[in-house]
Amino acid sequence: MTASPEHAHDSFVRRHVGTDPDTQRHMLEVLGYESLDEMLTAAVPHTILLDTEGQGGAGSAASIVPEGITEPAALAELRALADRNTVRRSLIGLGYHGTHTPAVIQRNVLENPAWYTAYTPYQPEISQGRLEALLTFQTMICDLTGMDVSNASTLDEATSAAEALMLARRTAKRNGNVFLVDADTLPATKAVLKGRADGLGIELREVDFATEGAPEGEYFGALIQYPGASGRVWDPRDVISEVKSTKAVAIVSADLLALTMLASPGTLGADVTVGTSQRFGIPLGFGGPHAGFVAVRKGLERQLPGRLVGVSVDAEGNPAYRLSLQTREQHIRREKATSAITTAQVLLAVMAAMYAVYHGPEGLTRIGRTVADRTAALADLLRRSGFELVRESFFDTLEVRATGVAADLSASLRDAGYLVHTGGDDIVHLSLDETITPADLEAISAAFAPHAPNPGQELQDADSGSGWDGLVREDPFLQHPVFSSFRSETAMMRYLRRLADRDFALDRGMIPLGSCTMKLNSATEMAGITWAGFNALHPFAPARTSRATSR
Amino acid sequence: MSAELLYSKDHEWVRVESDGVAVIGVTDYAAEQLGDVVYVDLPEVDDEITAGTEMGEIESTKSVSDLFSPLSGTVLEINDAVVDTPELVNSSPFEEGWLLKARFEQLPDDLLSAEDYKAFTES
Repeated sequence: MTASPEHAHDSFVRRHVGTDPDTQRHMLEVLGYESLDEMLTAAVPHTILLDTEGQGGAGSAASIVPEGITEPAALAELRALADRNTVRRSLIGLGYHGTHTPAVIQRNVLENPAWYTAYTPYQPEISQGRLEALLTFQTMICDLTGMDVSNASTLDEATSAAEALMLARRTAKRNGNVFLVDADTLPATKAVLKGRADGLGIELREVDFATEGAPEGEYFGALIQYPGASGRVWDPRDVISEVKSTKAVAIVSADLLALTMLASPGTLGADVTVGTSQRFGIPLGFGGPHAGFVAVRKGLERQLPGRLVGVSVDAEGNPAYRLSLQTREQHIRREKATSAITTAQVLLAVMAAMYAVYHGPEGLTRIGRTVADRTAALADLLRRSGFELVRESFFDTLEVRATGVAADLSASLRDAGYLVHTGGDDIVHLSLDETITPADLEAISAAFAPHAPNPGQELQDADSGSGWDGLVREDPFLQHPVFSSFRSETAMMRYLRRLADRDFALDRGMIPLGSCTMKLNSATEMAGITWAGFNALHPFAPARTSRATSR
Repeated sequence: MSAELLYSKDHEWVRVESDGVAVIGVTDYAAEQLGDVVYVDLPEVDDEITAGTEMGEIESTKSVSDLFSPLSGTVLEINDAVVDTPELVNSSPFEEGWLLKARFEQLPDDLLSAEDYKAFTES
């Protein structure tokens, strides 16, 4: 263990294990051992020591674990892996969308140890900065969804949906064993719901709510995707009120960016809204983690899973933040806890909240409208080119009927640098996002042209909103001053610094509470998460394009 | 503690108000054991409750306990005041801190007198 290269000057081990060879030698002398191996062999029961010699005895770690390498070598290996992934712009959508992480947020939050080395904010006196940021996240979610209380946060949208399923089960105990799932639900959400329902003995029943409405019969909850995974924008008011009339819980899984333009689930009557904040500045990251959320109407807050930040007062009567209800989950309710979820995506929730702080209501609305208008412009061009759209009411997602040529279209788009989803031989499914520029629209249109019945059409400006009757958002959101105070980079940087200064994380000293979230993420380990080779991959990108990540 | 009341071994009290109608609450002994009560989860009006089975939850700053129904019957009324102000369970367990009113056919045989309940809690 004392041989190089582990103890080479800039080896990873040397930089991250506190003792140097001299100290180790001294400690071994005091303990009466010649080497670390000898000490381990004496200390660890033989039955659990790795048998590398086939002798039933102890083997040396070096014979099983590869030799240590230096940090520069580790970075080079990571870089080579990232380069083996092929990153194309994703138009796949289905719950994962391209987004711009503002540089001020990437540098001052994601890459700042004051934010990424902090422990769970159980000690409010050393966590006021993060707690304020998380309260901002909750405010953003409540405003956009029209719900009364939101948690902060869950692992992703699918996990949020599974937690909402369990919430419905607890709330509507007398409504039997069936949970209704919108046929137009995102595939990842369907998969996680199935896993959870199987484990709990719940029967999932798929219903195409938009065309069939709410069915007869007994059920304890229903999940409606809004807008649908297919892109469909439709009015779920009647379905929601039907579901609630049976005392079942009406859950809406909503797209936050769409909610800048469309009526909120709260105004449509939902009991619960779930979703993800991914497209608010969180990179695709091959599917996660992203900060999801569960938000509820008044009366269900005690059923809310995960963490919840509340406003209290400190010993001197000044406003102060602290975790509410969540500590009760772990420390008081224990085996009667509403959920086993104790995991939150604090860093990513903070990033999403700061994305909303930086853009503000008018900025988010502009992004939402631009995405919708560009989608409308593309739809208009495709129609004039002779393609038929499966649905005429959409926000950012189109399904194009391309009988027999879906694969060819997909290939043309891939050659132009874009990935789309195909439904069989006849449907091309594509979603636009805030990263799609007019030049991208031209390139996408050009890729469609060779397969079009009437090629040669020009893109024209178009207005979104077709088919949104009664669904146009009218109520304001993000009216709190925090969402209109930090528009310049300097102001934003100073705000983030001010918040970070109120926290005590590993960047200042040891945190006297520790467990799974004692976060010593080394700078070398963190480097790769901002590289496109890893973070710009869509989870449904073709396997051959993500070879290195999947290895 | 009051002599006119009946008690269950799950620490609920029962006061028969009129023919077939009883008020239910938790005893001062239970309230003291629980500590500061912060949340009471009760069944809904018209719900059926069954003697000895869970009918709700009572949560204090240090624990959560199931509420077991002391009798079988139908919920007639719940005490909204105790839902809004759960600390009434501590400050006035036998009066303002009552939980619900229920209609019953017949009281279970195993309810205790004040004297027997006192002996039970001291044993």
